[in-house]
Amino acid sequence: MIDYQSMLNDEVKQLKPSGIRRFFDIANEMDNVISLSIGEPDFSTPWHVRQEGIKSLEDGKTWYSPNRGFMELREEICRWLKRHYRVEYEPKTDVVVTVGGSEAIDLCIRCLVSPGEEVLIPEPSFVCYRPLAEMAEGVPVTIQTRQEDKFRLTAKALREKITPKSKLLILPYPNNPTGAVMRRADLEEIAEVVKEHNLMVLSDEIYSELTYGETRHVSFASIDGMKERTIVVNGFSKAFAMTGWRLGYAVGPKEIIGQMTKLHQYGIMSAPTMAQYAAIEAMKNGDGDIDYMREQYDMRRRLIVDGLNAMGLTCFEPEGAFYVFPCIKSTGLTSQEFCEKLIYAERVAVVPGDAFGECGEGYLRVSYSYSIKHITEALSRIRHFLKTLN
Amino acid sequence: MDRLLNLLDENARLSTEQLAVMLGKTPDEVENAIAEYEKQGVIRGYKALINWEKVDQNKASALIELRVSPKRDRGFDEIAGRIMQFEEVESVYLMSGGYDLAVKVHGKSMQEIAMFVMRRLSTLDSVLSTATHFILTRYKDGGIILSSEDEKDERRSVLCD
Repeated sequence: MIDYQSMLNDEVKQLKPSGIRRFFDIANEMDNVISLSIGEPDFSTPWHVRQEGIKSLEDGKTWYSPNRGFMELREEICRWLKRHYRVEYEPKTDVVVTVGGSEAIDLCIRCLVSPGEEVLIPEPSFVCYRPLAEMAEGVPVTIQTRQEDKFRLTAKALREKITPKSKLLILPYPNNPTGAVMRRADLEEIAEVVKEHNLMVLSDEIYSELTYGETRHVSFASIDGMKERTIVVNGFSKAFAMTGWRLGYAVGPKEIIGQMTKLHQYGIMSAPTMAQYAAIEAMKNGDGDIDYMREQYDMRRRLIVDGLNAMGLTCFEPEGAFYVFPCIKSTGLTSQEFCEKLIYAERVAVVPGDAFGECGEGYLRVSYSYSIKHITEALSRIRHFLKTLN
Repeated sequence: MDRLLNLLDENARLSTEQLAVMLGKTPDEVENAIAEYEKQGVIRGYKALINWEKVDQNKASALIELRVSPKRDRGFDEIAGRIMQFEEVESVYLMSGGYDLAVKVHGKSMQEIAMFVMRRLSTLDSVLSTATHFILTRYKDGGIILSSEDEKDERRSVLCD
């Protein structure tokens, strides 16, 4: 009998499993569960984009692509980034196409972080940064963001966590799970600290196209002096409803992208060929699709924020992604308790806020990547649930 | 306010308050816009899309292709105007292509529809010929899928596995 525990890498064994697994197991066992927990678009990939993927298969284009991704795609990515965020990159050297934004995040952390160096992670945020930093033998340092600050990262909060070992700042905006966005002025303040302390920045801008209200997303790389310090991670999943195609990219200084490409080449080889052909079409002709989906999300966002606020679960107005982050402290329950009671009593599944970091305790992540009918039904169940609590 | 029309087109039962929230308008603004659309004849009515097969077996419908001779000055309007008066008639379209009018008709049975075509439609003066196609199953109607199974959400949480 092999003792597998002794065979396994210690770091891997020590990684915490995702905190909400048990919770989803409950949901999966039940019938008639109505979920507001999913973190991906409910739209299918636009048809013209799918067609290009299909066409590539019909044409028998089933080989590896270049390690960095097809040149045409890299050119289109650079054009798109310039058009949308006024940042300029060189397709030959500054771009690597990856298997989802997730791979780009992993590559970036592994390329920049040496053992013992600190990775600054604002929370609440998506769950991957901490374990990936740990696997790179870096030290994750949490920066708690607060509802009073609209869950934005402030220069003050960042400064408090800086030590001589600080190396990499993660900027996860627009933010999953809070829906927070950073305005230009906020980013400029962060940029000052970054310069002062010689930090590098991983700006995870995967939700960049999903911002609502008057102002659009500002890329951290477009802030004066930050392009040379920033790896921007983005992708096709959220903007073009292409999660299953697994395609993302990183852009940044060629010295860093070059090293990331080397790792990518050994670990992955190249991103899926079919997906890259589809993505070229998305970059060229997909702006209208984004506008349409953004408008749909925006209407749902208004509906759900209004509904939750009206029933006493106050949420600050989320301006990005497709999540709301209502506060449930008024109920006296913890996030886990609330979610568990809600699913047993009303069969509504939402994600407890503490799954995204300790400071998410007292909140829920509610996704509005669902039809209006679905959202309306879920809201009425939650309303009923709150009445039975009192 | 095209977005208002799109929302109503999808679901006319959304409340004024819900519509207002989604559109970032006040309920009064939404009420006024709807009233204006009704006045202009942009919104012509509200009805439920019912899957009659589920409640009433005695219901049949057919698409009827009509070739008709147009009238001097009035073209097809006159005959279309006569046909749409029949309460069996659900919709009347003037078509391009091989025939002139497409008429959707419903009745209690195929027999009843057949009688209607023979006695009422084909006897009209300007009707030259009819071709009746009975509808066997409605899979999707008015943009809504009617099959009994709800579409399943195949998305899953990537956080937990």
